[in-house]
Amino acid sequence: MELPTQTFRVTRVDLIRYAGASGDFNPIHWSDRFATSVGLPGVIAHGMFTMALVGRAVTTWAGAPDAVVDLGVRFTRPVVVPDDDEGTEIEVTAVVKGVTEDGLTRLDVTATCRGEKVLSQARAIVRTPR
Amino acid sequence: MSLDLSFAGRIYPPTAPYQVGREKIREFATAIGATDAAHHDPAAARALGHPDVVAPPTFPVLITMAACRQIVEDPALGVDYSRVVHGDQRFAYTRPVVAGDELVCVNTIEEVTTRGGHGFLTTRTDVTDAAGEPVVAVWSRIVVRGEA
Repeated sequence: MELPTQTFRVTRVDLIRYAGASGDFNPIHWSDRFATSVGLPGVIAHGMFTMALVGRAVTTWAGAPDAVVDLGVRFTRPVVVPDDDEGTEIEVTAVVKGVTEDGLTRLDVTATCRGEKVLSQARAIVRTPR
Repeated sequence: MSLDLSFAGRIYPPTAPYQVGREKIREFATAIGATDAAHHDPAAARALGHPDVVAPPTFPVLITMAACRQIVEDPALGVDYSRVVHGDQRFAYTRPVVAGDELVCVNTIEEVTTRGGHGFLTTRTDVTDAAGEPVVAVWSRIVVRGEA
């Protein structure tokens, strides 16, 4: 079963806010000058910010903020966030892969940005709603 | 400089307890746009059976990333942090993190390898509460890019 796509807009201020809240002040997430100096096309989102959005998508599908039992991803491609009002968009979709012996639901998650996958092997196990 | 492969299997001493604050959970939830009341309102969290506001699933990275400094900043291991890329991340929960938790981390180096000039380091952080009960296990794999 395929779950409804969830779309998240990401702009520079989201990265600044995430840097402050998470304590990850790596300049590749806020300075174009630094990002390009290390060979990136520009400022990129924190991988953990993208994963946090996946966490939001998964908890929304599961229908409970405390439903996530297991969440794992591989970061495969950077999410470039331009310095403009539109920023970029991350689309998150998932397929229900089945139910574990413990009655938990397994999801295979896909996250894309500008049509390209930014994560691979993204998987979640969630409790089904009470 | 390459990674010292003999670090595989090493277990580090427990970190000082991290006090999970209600406002920190609210701040983090706001930063990722998580608006569910259980992240913000203790009454809503209690209605779900939790003692206080519930952290979003990736919240523990704040604690484990700081805890992992004892590994990546160990000069003997040889991680050049300016060349580090985040490879994989996983959280396996026994129960959600809630405000009021005092969490202790124990880091284990699960794997150290080199391939194609790049270094790969997988750490597991076992996060336990004040009673010593497991809360979440967190895996992180970093790639130390080789000199081009």
